[in-house]
Amino acid sequence: MRTKTVPDPTTIFEKSSPGRIGCNLPVADTPPVDWDTALGKTRNEVKWPEIAELDLIRHFTNLSHINYGIDTGFYPLGSCTMKYNPKVNERTAGMTGFVRLHPLQPVSSAQGAFEVIATVQDILKEVTGFEEMTMQPVAGAHGELTCLMLIKAYHESRGEGAQRRIVLVPDSAHGTNPASAARCGFEVAHVATDADGNTDLADLERQAKDNVAAFMVTNPSTLGLFEPNIRRICEIVHACGGQVFCDGANMNAMVGTTRPGDHGFDCMHLNLHKTFSTPHGGGGPGCGAIGLKKHLEPFMPGPVIKKVGSQYELDQSRPLSIGRVSGFYGQFLMAVRALTFLLAHGREGLPEISRCSVLNANYVKARLKDHLPAAYDRPCMHECVLTATPYKANGVRALDISKRLIDYGFHPPTNYFPLIVPEALMIEPTETECKETLDAFCDALIAICEEAKSDPDKLHDAPSTQIVGRLDEAAAVKNLDVTWKPPTPEPAGAA
Amino acid sequence: MNVPSDLKYTKSHEWIRVEGDTATIGITDHAQSELGDIVFVDMPTPGRAVKAAEILGSVESVKTVSDVYSPVSGEVSASNDALGAQSELMNADPYGSGWMVKVKIANPSELDALMDAEAYKAALS
Repeated sequence: MRTKTVPDPTTIFEKSSPGRIGCNLPVADTPPVDWDTALGKTRNEVKWPEIAELDLIRHFTNLSHINYGIDTGFYPLGSCTMKYNPKVNERTAGMTGFVRLHPLQPVSSAQGAFEVIATVQDILKEVTGFEEMTMQPVAGAHGELTCLMLIKAYHESRGEGAQRRIVLVPDSAHGTNPASAARCGFEVAHVATDADGNTDLADLERQAKDNVAAFMVTNPSTLGLFEPNIRRICEIVHACGGQVFCDGANMNAMVGTTRPGDHGFDCMHLNLHKTFSTPHGGGGPGCGAIGLKKHLEPFMPGPVIKKVGSQYELDQSRPLSIGRVSGFYGQFLMAVRALTFLLAHGREGLPEISRCSVLNANYVKARLKDHLPAAYDRPCMHECVLTATPYKANGVRALDISKRLIDYGFHPPTNYFPLIVPEALMIEPTETECKETLDAFCDALIAICEEAKSDPDKLHDAPSTQIVGRLDEAAAVKNLDVTWKPPTPEPAGAA
Repeated sequence: MNVPSDLKYTKSHEWIRVEGDTATIGITDHAQSELGDIVFVDMPTPGRAVKAAEILGSVESVKTVSDVYSPVSGEVSASNDALGAQSELMNADPYGSGWMVKVKIANPSELDALMDAEAYKAALS
């Protein structure tokens, strides 16, 4: 019988053997240059790995086998990171007509591309309930920042710029919310969460004064709960003259079923990678499209795509615009992928996304309720926030449970967020997982919870089946060293 | 959880030791335990004036970055330089070598609003 072994952890430098080469170069037809003369000391200081082609192929192929991604297994981070992207998206985004476009070619010769952007914007307006949409921002936090810049410009246009310097954020907010507010020059104040996991209305009313520029609300909240008082919240903030921004990170729970524009929000951002199946991009290229109500339209970043007759044109005449927020038209191929996804689902299919993602999260929550209780015991939206506090007495923390999941073949969920939930484990299955996968994941977590009681050290030592064991995260932060060094230094003067 | 009886405490999990007109301030054993391994401490420079409940600095752990609030008003007289290289002292010895700052107390009556060990223990449970 063949047993699965722990992958070979050797680096490519350790596999190197002096003089070994991966390919034979043809004889030079120019006068040879002596390497040592040309490169001097560098030639000896930089130890390039010397390795044969087959060994190189094996090295990187084996490394790729250690990767864990959505194409290899269940990923409970869900849309929080990036949900499954249907492969057809890549087919359309790779079509020659899109790929060979140049951002500087005349607008008249790229009408199809502008139609793609305008069509996605129109559908997203319909999905979110906003009157204007732009796909200029290139990431979610960039969309947040752009919305706050629009709100700032709006207040300034009314002569209230200096007075409205506070941005309210819930104590459960994504860290990007206060960061965007601070980056935009606002002061941040926190609004409390009540015992049911909703915005504490009394606390909001106390802070809703004429110095408030905006309230940034994530709905459903980061606790995975729909804010039942959202209309009242928007009324309270509007009554004091503030604007309400919707952090659209959790739009996957609402797409096709309810619209933030109808809830009373003035603007919102969407992460196309979270809801509309584009790549996350690891910091770019992404798309943080933003939707706005009419009163914010004069301040929109340019260029704005407008259809005049049968032609798409760029409307640059916007004297109150906050200006450009990205080069050209944002990340164009994100629009192609999002359009593919939107058209593949259609008006009838989009609500299935939110319904299935909400159903899957509630299924996980219900299956785990006797082992990992929900932080707030009520139906959740597309994600459930559970707490590992019952195992604290056994010396087991949320982190230990997550690390042990790796041994069971699953990627860990989000840990310790939202910050207001002790020992938080946030699980977001998304709409694409089948019941068998969810059951296997829940079975693993239940088995781990049993181990937490009977054999907690199994969790403390986890993971034990991987290329490395438990990593010292503090040391990794404080003494980050990504340079490989030979295990035994060469004697002095050897170079 | 270790809650020394000779100290005073805040709701936001700072402790304060009063000696004459000087207060030594740090974060509690509960706070360090919740934060996990601390990797960086941002401290005020001596000479800075602080008000009670104002941000004194911040503590970064592998989980999160948390603000530390001053329990009293006054002038920062010293900060614990050792934490620059050894932030783990805050985890290992939160009430001793892991102290954060010393403040010259401006208004001693503010101390009355702080919790004693019994009240802090009750707040934790």
